[in-house]
Amino acid sequence: MDISFDLLINAIVAGLLLGGFYAAVTAGISISFGMLDIVNIAHPGFVILGSYLAYYINIHLGMDPIVVSIMMLPVFYALGCLIYQVYHLSFEKRGQDALRGLAFFFGLLFVTEVALILVFGVDYRYVEASYIGPSIHVGFVDLPLRMLVPCVAALILFGAIELFITRTFTGRAIMAVSQDQLALQLQAADPIKIKRIAFGLSIAVAAVAGALLIIIQPVEPSVGREYIGRVFAICVLGGLGSMPGTLIAAILLGIVESLTATFYGPSWAPAVAFGFLLLTLAFRPAGLLGR
Amino acid sequence: MTRVNTATFSLIMVAIGVVITLIAHAIGVDYLYFASYTILQFIVLATAWNILGGYCGYVNFGSAAFFALGAYSSVFVHKVFPLPVPLLIVVGALVSGLVGLGMGYLTLRLRGSFFAIATLALAVVLQTLVVNWDFVGGSRGAYIIRPEFLEIGSFKIPYIEYLFILMLALAIIALITARTIERSQLGFGFATIRDDELAAEACGVPTLRLKLIATALSGAFMGMAGAPFPYYIGYLQPQSAFSLEYAVNSIAMPMIGGTTSWVGPLVGAVLLGTAQQYATVTISSAVNLLIVGLMLVAFVIIAPNGLVGLVQERLRRKRS
Repeated sequence: MDISFDLLINAIVAGLLLGGFYAAVTAGISISFGMLDIVNIAHPGFVILGSYLAYYINIHLGMDPIVVSIMMLPVFYALGCLIYQVYHLSFEKRGQDALRGLAFFFGLLFVTEVALILVFGVDYRYVEASYIGPSIHVGFVDLPLRMLVPCVAALILFGAIELFITRTFTGRAIMAVSQDQLALQLQAADPIKIKRIAFGLSIAVAAVAGALLIIIQPVEPSVGREYIGRVFAICVLGGLGSMPGTLIAAILLGIVESLTATFYGPSWAPAVAFGFLLLTLAFRPAGLLGR
Repeated sequence: MTRVNTATFSLIMVAIGVVITLIAHAIGVDYLYFASYTILQFIVLATAWNILGGYCGYVNFGSAAFFALGAYSSVFVHKVFPLPVPLLIVVGALVSGLVGLGMGYLTLRLRGSFFAIATLALAVVLQTLVVNWDFVGGSRGAYIIRPEFLEIGSFKIPYIEYLFILMLALAIIALITARTIERSQLGFGFATIRDDELAAEACGVPTLRLKLIATALSGAFMGMAGAPFPYYIGYLQPQSAFSLEYAVNSIAMPMIGGTTSWVGPLVGAVLLGTAQQYATVTISSAVNLLIVGLMLVAFVIIAPNGLVGLVQERLRRKRS
């Protein structure tokens, strides 16, 4: 195959932009799976739910999808708190979180998907915004704004989460609860409350990720399933609960997927994440920056 | 429960199977065969899932992948060298069992949730492979023309009846296997893994080997369930073979029926399978999937031990 230099550079740049976006999708999983040890496989379902809300409000009120998603933050946060409360009372407290908790989240994922199909149908939906369409050209490198805007938004979001977790009291408590719940309890903090806040945060982040997703590509209800492999691959590769690791892994996966799509065809891209996941699990289960 | 040994149980099951076959033959309606084939297929899938999920406590979200592996190995063999369906079932079992073993080897040494995630991703990747593999039809799908009748010498029955009998036999084999495991040393080993893997390991239970046996066995049964599928459906598409419907049903059925014994998946599959056949005809297939999902969520929250658990609890209360 004739690999031209321009094509290669463009693929890498596209991968970088894609990776930034993946980081935003994975941030929520890094909190819930990586720190709280809650295997929330329904996370992509909430991302798609966010996409559809952004779509619905964008089409009917003409609001910018990112603005919509920021307004949706409290709603998704409340939803996350509610789900955690149900999860805690039915599974964590009874000590059966492994098997039934997984089935619970799987059921949630499935219900979200089918409900979206019933309401919106299986057609691809997309949003309208001024930055969808034009691109910036830097030399021979194309920077489509459709990718650049979500990437920048994702990185800002990611940075905000990282700051929140490392600098604020609540954020540090979340880190603490992931390390030793009992120790936190001895410091007179309520680990359940901290976990609820963290889980609410992870679902709230899904709303923003959803809005970014529908800017990048048209969305239909089953798109979420492709992201399950991706987000968990990134989370595991980065090292559970490590935010910088997540960012590095997200960008790595974005670049490799973009290269695969460019040189072997887009239909192979979903397999890349799984390859990453299996290789990581087989050779370095702790991930790149794992503890 | 009265003590019935495995040989007697097998005889009873086979007798029930023969009776069902005769009744179905007497009625002789094609739709009945099509509908009950689906329910029997779900009994096999649910029982297979339960061997790993219910007995060992490891969740497999990739039932659809193992099912599709069986179906697609049939398509492959059909194109290369056509074999009778019972042999295709063996091939399907081997392929899915081996993939299960490989997956298990890579992921089961780690924490339980990694296995669950990997199975979920496996479905996506296998689908990608099949979509890109033109020999077995690629994204366009593959046709397998189902013969009208099965003829062996002067013996002649409708092909759908033949498939129905095969699936019935598979369901019976799966149930007997599950019950035998439950009562054997293997089953007790599985139960120790489910209850406390670390303690089991410390007591000298070869946990990895047991888990691999469970994964391979469970995968093999799912492959068996999938192998006759192309003949049943006539036109196999990646979307229909990898349908999330199989994954969610094979989890929901044991969860709703009860995961601790072989009765649970059977009850769950018959109830849910029949209800879905009814709902698909009368309402719509999307609504019936929504109902399955909601029931799964409701049951894991409210009745963690399923219908069998509810009945057992009631019996226990009556006794005391």
